[in-house]
Amino acid sequence: MTWTSHDFDSIPGTYVFNGQRSAMGYPLNRMCMSFNTEENREAFLRDEDAYCAKFGLSDDQRQAVRDRDVLRLIKLGGNIYYLAKLAGIFRLNVQDIGAQQAGISVEQFKAMLVAAGE
Amino acid sequence: MARIVGGITTSHIPAIGKAIQGGKSNDPDWKPFFDGYLPVRAWLDAVKPDVAVVVYNDHGLNFFLDQIPTFAMGAAKEYPNCDSGWGLDEGPPARGTPELSWHLIESLVHDEFDLTMCQEMKVDHGFMVPMSVLWPHATEWPLQVVPLAVNTVQHPLPSPARCYKLGKALGRAIASYPEDLKVVVIGTGGMSHQLQGERAGLINKPFDLMFLEKIASDPEALARLSVRDLVEAAGSEGVELIMWLVMRGALDDKVATIHRHYHVPVSSTGAGVLLLENAA
Repeated sequence: MTWTSHDFDSIPGTYVFNGQRSAMGYPLNRMCMSFNTEENREAFLRDEDAYCAKFGLSDDQRQAVRDRDVLRLIKLGGNIYYLAKLAGIFRLNVQDIGAQQAGISVEQFKAMLVAAGE
Repeated sequence: MARIVGGITTSHIPAIGKAIQGGKSNDPDWKPFFDGYLPVRAWLDAVKPDVAVVVYNDHGLNFFLDQIPTFAMGAAKEYPNCDSGWGLDEGPPARGTPELSWHLIESLVHDEFDLTMCQEMKVDHGFMVPMSVLWPHATEWPLQVVPLAVNTVQHPLPSPARCYKLGKALGRAIASYPEDLKVVVIGTGGMSHQLQGERAGLINKPFDLMFLEKIASDPEALARLSVRDLVEAAGSEGVELIMWLVMRGALDDKVATIHRHYHVPVSSTGAGVLLLENAA
């Protein structure tokens, strides 16, 4: 079976969260959903990889979690709203993970946002 | 009869809630943003709506990806908010009105909008940040609410045209409620922002300013945009602007813009505030 293509596939640097990505990222996003409780965030921090394994993340997804590599997690089906819960555990906010994905420093990222208003 | 006294738009990003909770509203970074709400708060104090219909999206608190409704309406007596991993304190629960909710649901389903009906519903920052920014530091909310959740997370999303039509049906549903109530409709989210991918950090000020103008003067032009158009111009998360079209559809074809404000950036987002009234 093949996944159908979409008109939004051609937008650069953008990974629209469609069914294909959601299917691939389901275990990862399900793990992130569990971070709605403090208890689960603490359990993750006690043994990150065991926690990832419990939710059935793929080897690639587990490695990307170890690497704190948000762009890779996006490409592996993570949804940004769910990944934000994971990033919060690492005390990274949306500007931190935005800069990381854009491949620039947080200072450069903030300057870019300010420039957008001028 | 119930009547719509106005429509409001506001961003709902968590950073706004954190700034309020942290007492930073008057900090130099934040004051220009929060000052944009002062006329809206004054209007709310004067008009005193009885009910707010809050059009928002859930970001993984009440709904997970196992089951995503395209449109869902709350019909509960109370809507709690709780920890959703975004670092926001819990606010007071919102007070629901099952009588009005069920009337709206019946009317909307009759009008061919097949909503998911929720008698238990937790509301996250998508709902709570607008409440907090409109009624800051309230220990209890001064009005009852009807949450209307729109899927902006899992594609396929409802089109801008569909959302505008939902708003029209919502307007008819409110107008057919027999009790004398003043209803305000709040469209949340946006404006342009993108949190994911190499294009993270996208803010499109010219598009946002165009949208702020047209949502009042020519919403049908915005309703003709596709989801792809919105993602391309306003970013993958800026697509939340479809919820503004629900608000706009509920108002009359002709509206008066009572207040308009735009500020960039708030966190990573272009933030727009609008207060509309039906034109006399």
